[in-house]
Amino acid sequence: MGKRLVVNHRWCKGCGICVAFCPKEVLAMKNDKIQIADESKCIRCGQCELRCPDYAIFLEDVINKTTEEAQ
Amino acid sequence: MSTEKPSALISKYLRTQHLPHIWCPGCGHGILMRDVAKAIDNLKIDNDNVCLVSGIGCSSRIAGYMDFNTIHTTHGRAIAFATGIKLAKPEMTVIVVAGDGDISAIGGNHLIHAARRNIDLTVVVFNNDIYGMTGGQYSPTTPKGELGTTAPYGNIDRPFDISALAKGAGATYVARGTAYHAVQTIKMIQDGISHKGFALIDCISACPTYYGRKNKKGGAVEMMKWQQANGVSVEKAAGMTAEELAGKLVIGKLHQEMGVPEFTEEYQRIIDRFTVGG
Amino acid sequence: MITGKRVLLQGNEACVEGALMAGMRFFAGYPITPSTEIAEQAALRLPMVGGKFIQMEDEIAAMAAVIGASAAGLKSMTATSGPGFSLKQENIGYAALTEIPCVIVNVQRCGPSTGFPTQPSQGDVMQAKWGTHGDHPIIAIAPATVAETYTQIIRAFNLSEKYRVPVIYLMDEIVGHLREGITLLRKEDIDIIDRKTEVRGGKAFFVPEGELVPSMPPFGQGFRYNITGLMHNESGFPTNSAEIARRLITRLMRKIDDNLDDIIRFEERNLFDAETALVCYGGTTRSVVSAMESARDRGIKAGMFRPITIWPFPDKQIAEIAKKAKRIIVVEHNYGQILREVERAAAGQCEIKFLGKIDGTVILPDEVLETMLNF
Repeated sequence: MGKRLVVNHRWCKGCGICVAFCPKEVLAMKNDKIQIADESKCIRCGQCELRCPDYAIFLEDVINKTTEEAQ
Repeated sequence: MSTEKPSALISKYLRTQHLPHIWCPGCGHGILMRDVAKAIDNLKIDNDNVCLVSGIGCSSRIAGYMDFNTIHTTHGRAIAFATGIKLAKPEMTVIVVAGDGDISAIGGNHLIHAARRNIDLTVVVFNNDIYGMTGGQYSPTTPKGELGTTAPYGNIDRPFDISALAKGAGATYVARGTAYHAVQTIKMIQDGISHKGFALIDCISACPTYYGRKNKKGGAVEMMKWQQANGVSVEKAAGMTAEELAGKLVIGKLHQEMGVPEFTEEYQRIIDRFTVGG
Repeated sequence: MITGKRVLLQGNEACVEGALMAGMRFFAGYPITPSTEIAEQAALRLPMVGGKFIQMEDEIAAMAAVIGASAAGLKSMTATSGPGFSLKQENIGYAALTEIPCVIVNVQRCGPSTGFPTQPSQGDVMQAKWGTHGDHPIIAIAPATVAETYTQIIRAFNLSEKYRVPVIYLMDEIVGHLREGITLLRKEDIDIIDRKTEVRGGKAFFVPEGELVPSMPPFGQGFRYNITGLMHNESGFPTNSAEIARRLITRLMRKIDDNLDDIIRFEERNLFDAETALVCYGGTTRSVVSAMESARDRGIKAGMFRPITIWPFPDKQIAEIAKKAKRIIVVEHNYGQILREVERAAAGQCEIKFLGKIDGTVILPDEVLETMLNF
């Protein structure tokens, strides 16, 4: 079971906490909202999810890769 | 990847139709609310069996968001309401969430007496050192010298250490967490709930909008970095001098006393005199 | 019908015995004269029936704990007196807005402030109605004897459960500390009303068309909902909508206003031909009845009207009396509180005179008689 990083832009208030505490500089701010700048660097550590006050970024379980790709 | 769907944790424990919440950008309360959800999730307690009680102030709005039996009460009185609920339904997990003003100013009396009784409540303090909802007045935890709208020349009050207050009043589990130290804080809330008796977790939140701006602490990121830099574990603190600890936040379990009779169990023993072989 | 055993009880004790009959299973209080015996009796008796008692750290906490226990499903009561009644007011308003049933006993003493802690008064009548801020529904009942204290507290619980309103049980030092022989009721002698607990419309505060009172599932029963002292919608969540707030408060007021005949109780004596109608309530009644009988002996056509339900006030009944009688004399242990209500309801249809006391002493039958003779 893998994990992937997802962002809910609707809930993001642009505080920047996730960007500041991401150890791999995966994230960036764009127009006061969080953006995934370089997902390839993401190590799925979950530091962003842990400290996002607005639940706007999190690691989602990817249960079935094939289904995922089919979508 | 962009989504409109919340995480599994948030979906299970929050009333997502009411999100995003009203707290300001970067407010530590959102992080702490997730910590409460995660603690309940780790303990596998059914939502139906949790009652969350709040008072008045920014922290109190948590009652509307969490998918438990929730009650948003009057200013300072959350613990007193919770005492009635717990005594009526001792089998319920009753959690109180309150702010620093709520719990240690207007509600200070209820805090010390619930601690003294050792009633099985878990009090999670969202401590941001300020009255946020009313716009930044100094609170009982605002450090000396800091600014608030009612302390325009600097606060001359000495601040309360809520953890020490609770311990002194007889709380049998006391811990301090922060919004930054989320992993540890989740564990503390979990342990507080599991502890049979009065538990208090003093969670240092962050109010960038009022406290941070007024006192030039920077924004949300800087306030979180301050917690990161100044948080010292209980274990590490044990080897430090008072001078070294000045201005630091000691994080972790500060106190736990086992075997102290719990109030609702003691009361049940009185009832049993009349029903069990009585 | 009444076939239970005879006992000698103090008014305060009778209050607890009646409350237990009504189904009270939770009491939170704080010691205060002259209501303390209620807490003492509750502490003694509640565990015997599986109920819970707690002495809280203050009056405010006691009121809060009562509301909490009621939200968790137990019929709950607190008892206090003047200063404590003042302290409880914020949370009484909370119970009114959140529609959490509870009974608040106020054994009135002479105020303001600490006043005369052991002396009788009826100075909290207006506070019972207007003590908490904002427009809100309230029911207040004032028993006059120990026996009535026992029976009317059952009604207080029933009305609180039926309409989901806080009910103020407005006793006074005279009734609270009086000892009388009363006949205890049996379960089969009384009607008990319990709140409705089923979930309707999937919403905690949903009220079907034609009804005014929502159901109240207790916490922990599987229907998770929110209770808040903020203006809220039918689901119990905060709202800023003027329309929803207007509907909510209107409905809360209508719970009382549309059910006056069900809520209002009163006693009338010799009003059929009365030229002088004495209006009194609670502990004042005894002196008034005695004076009325003396007046009748002297050929004065005197009668008595006694509201048992003080709030809502029996406007209609007072208006009828004012139409028939030449004069109304309001007798109460205060500076003139129900007097104003009587004046309003009588609307100038007869003369109105007042006999009050504010010095902690009891109004005597002779003083009432004298007032009648000197009219």
